[in-house]
Amino acid sequence: MPIFDQLERYDGAVALITENGEITYKELIEKADMVGGFLAERSLAFCVCSNRMGAVIGYVGMLRKRVVPVMVNFAIDKDLFAQLFNIYRPQFIWQPADFESEGGTLFHMDGYELKKTGFSDLPKMADDLALLLTTSGSTGSPKLVRQTYENINANTVSIMEYLGIEQSERAITTLPMNYTYGLSIIQSHLYAGASIVLTEKSFMQREFWNLFRKSEATSFGGVPYTYEMLKRLHFLQMDLPSLHYITQAGGKLERDLHLEFAEGMRKMGKRFIVMYGATEATARMAYVPAEFAVEKAGSIGIAIPGGRLELQDESGTQITQSGIVGELIYYGPNVTLGYAESREDLANGDERHGRLETGDMAMRDADGFFYVVGRKNRFLKIYGNRVNLMEVEQILKKNGFEAVCVGKDDHMRIYTTNRETERLRDYIAEKTRINRTAFTVIRIDAIPRSESGKVLYSELQ
Amino acid sequence: MSNLEKYNQAFVDNFGVKEEDLPGLAYQAVDAWDSVGHMQLIAALEDAFDIMFDTDDIINFNSYEKGKEYMNNYGVEL
Repeated sequence: MPIFDQLERYDGAVALITENGEITYKELIEKADMVGGFLAERSLAFCVCSNRMGAVIGYVGMLRKRVVPVMVNFAIDKDLFAQLFNIYRPQFIWQPADFESEGGTLFHMDGYELKKTGFSDLPKMADDLALLLTTSGSTGSPKLVRQTYENINANTVSIMEYLGIEQSERAITTLPMNYTYGLSIIQSHLYAGASIVLTEKSFMQREFWNLFRKSEATSFGGVPYTYEMLKRLHFLQMDLPSLHYITQAGGKLERDLHLEFAEGMRKMGKRFIVMYGATEATARMAYVPAEFAVEKAGSIGIAIPGGRLELQDESGTQITQSGIVGELIYYGPNVTLGYAESREDLANGDERHGRLETGDMAMRDADGFFYVVGRKNRFLKIYGNRVNLMEVEQILKKNGFEAVCVGKDDHMRIYTTNRETERLRDYIAEKTRINRTAFTVIRIDAIPRSESGKVLYSELQ
Repeated sequence: MSNLEKYNQAFVDNFGVKEEDLPGLAYQAVDAWDSVGHMQLIAALEDAFDIMFDTDDIINFNSYEKGKEYMNNYGVEL
């Protein structure tokens, strides 16, 4: 049964909490179904996300009505939004009232509005298609990941189980809702009848911590960069009696930082759980059980309940020995159908059959814990976003910059023959919606190339 | 470089703004001054003046002027 069809059983329990008040499950359902009432079953809608009540209400309403949402962030680059709009032709847009888009307004609720776009005569979508997420949302790729009702259910139940999410939990938002990790926290808490504290504020703002204390939040999630911030904020010295646990995903946490938080949280009698996942696997694939947080610092852990991890060598043969590096392969009911690059693709069936090649190179220790040691392809994780270096190069090229990209997680180095390095830096920060300090732009006389014209990235490392 | 110059330089370097734009500059007034930018600014100031901010000063530091007041708490006169 689709994930939000059973919310009625939580009736009077508090579902959503904000600075301005809270609503119960009963109220959430009423509001969600009111949005659903304006939508046509099996239609496609853009859900423009922010961590506000309206966004969650609309999302729940869509899933309950079997409407397929495409999740995008309210701060999305305008060109990318237009591109997505023209490719996927949504019948509806659920968006913050001040968001710019085409279409006629149908109704308003909680700072959100529903628009009808006028697209018609659209191809049918696959029956089990539930949700569409962007792959990274960052490099302007309009490629979407196709998730089914079964994918979401399976992953949500698994997450609830290994994190032990009960009705008394209150997670506070620290990640965007259109990002699979942020969304999985919302889904698992609603499914458990727990509460979600919604805020647009960041760790770096006084208002966030005021709300944290007032609402007695019990958990939050963070990407590696979040943990650098928390370290700088002396988080492990903060007095937060309501906190139960914190989770980490969205890229590899440096071993020292992992260890510092694992030990610090343990000292406080609280849990620290490192996880591993991908949008292509709905959200989560692996986790380090809290009791192993210190002992297995630097690991991505073991497969989540219901899933299985395996390593494969270059010939496609399974590696059974520990200590040998191979590509990490995941099997489980949360492996999504595949990608979509056109509206017509939304009719496609399952292309992965429960098997995902992660593109991460990993090894297993003698206890069965996995460690990611590298990547098969050229991409970086920046502040939790997967950024494809080739795509960034193409964006720059299209706009007249000859440039090549290298780097490490959370920091990209762009080598260019163009003189306007600062303009390039501002341009790519604007396009990717990633803070400009993540980019260093270096001017060089010529891009190093081999005789056959291939870029010699190794000379730029 | 004077303390004020060092203080200003941290804003200019991290946010890509001009020195004359600094008076009145507040958190989220420019794209670059988001939570990531704030963390970078704090890191740059801590390095430049060899200080370590308290949690409260980091989360209350929400404008160019407010930051100046906090610098005094660490014996940095601007």
